Amino acid sequence: MSTNHVTLTDQTFDEQLGASSEPVLVDFWAEWCGPCKMVAPVLDEIVEEQAGKLKLGKINIDDNMELARRFDVMSIPTMILFKDGEPKLRIVGAKGKGQLLQELHPYL
Amino acid sequence: MKVEDGVRDVVVIGSGPAGLTAAIYTARATLSPLVVEGEPSSTSDQPGGQLMLTTEVENYPGFVEGILGPELMATMRAQAARFGAELLTTRVTRVDLSERPFGVWFADPGSGGEKQVRARSVIVSTGARSLMLGVEGELELLGHGVSTCATCDGFFFRGQDIAVVGGGDSALEEALFLTKFAESVTVVHRRNELRASKIMQERAFANQKIRFLWDSVVTAVEGQSKVERIRLHNVVTGAEEALEVTGVFVAIGHAPSSELFKGQLDLDDNGYIRTRPGSTATNVEGVFACGDVQDHVYRQAITAAGSGCMAAIDVERWLES
Repeated sequence: MSTNHVTLTDQTFDEQLGASSEPVLVDFWAEWCGPCKMVAPVLDEIVEEQAGKLKLGKINIDDNMELARRFDVMSIPTMILFKDGEPKLRIVGAKGKGQLLQELHPYL
Repeated sequence: MKVEDGVRDVVVIGSGPAGLTAAIYTARATLSPLVVEGEPSSTSDQPGGQLMLTTEVENYPGFVEGILGPELMATMRAQAARFGAELLTTRVTRVDLSERPFGVWFADPGSGGEKQVRARSVIVSTGARSLMLGVEGELELLGHGVSTCATCDGFFFRGQDIAVVGGGDSALEEALFLTKFAESVTVVHRRNELRASKIMQERAFANQKIRFLWDSVVTAVEGQSKVERIRLHNVVTGAEEALEVTGVFVAIGHAPSSELFKGQLDLDDNGYIRTRPGSTATNVEGVFACGDVQDHVYRQAITAAGSGCMAAIDVERWLES
């Protein structure tokens, strides 16, 4: 079981994100979403390889609709990269590791 | 790395019901198949194929109560792995079928480059991918109200008015699924009758939340930062109309994923790989095709699986001869 991600919630989001000195890739997902399940192990892999440079935050949208609304998430998986608490990059839809790394690269 | 050692007996490209069934059969025939299963995506070009974007599959034999698409595919994958199929989660970048052993190149996510494997035989099961409308605003608003995956995105349209474009089984399946969330679902179809199966039509017609706009095509998707309306053109009367919706689900059919093989395998006018009648053999000796990439008639999970089994048996016989 991967433990290198933090679970973010409506209640804790701002505090947890503000406390991070590294960029945080926030993954909006749900149990019933096939592509979310496909991309999850890829995200785990990326974060493991980028240890110290990137953190992974997971938001289960079933329980945290407030955050989904706040960031206009209308499709999952949506992944948003936050740097210094600000959203910098938005990736919509499951993608392969190569493409994700390419998009993330300028921010790492 | 193991996959690059020497020449493989068989490489399977694609991992929907066709590819995984071919993998199960060739693995059991001790041919140690390598399956290049594709990479994660939300457009039906992903490991597991189109069923990864569906919910309940009710017509796959063996499941009295139905089974979730992603679950069915996870089971098939595990079954293939159990018999020793090797699965690579990446996409094939090019193939060389001009001489034997064949060359198959795939993206290496680690290095960003590509790697090659050589194979005595190849099973092509790359399936089909969703067609997009190709109208103004569609790509710009993808993920902002435009969706190709009702099961992924329906949740976000609770209490809203949305549209589904298309008239086949997948369009009606999406429309019915979306009524769980949406206030209303308008099915926009370019003809005045549906291509969908009778049972799906009956369910859709009986559903109070679904209404139909016939003879209509979408000409544009509009909205500032998310979908606000679609523009429609009536192909019979010529009338133009705007429909206020916050979501557009595109289900207008599929096109075969055969680009990799253009110029190397015989394709029909619509891009489907041609196979010899009663067989999965293509025009290239040692290359076999199964599933939706060669089937524009049936296009079912069970027919894909059936043709995957045929391809595996064809490969086995061909390697022996």
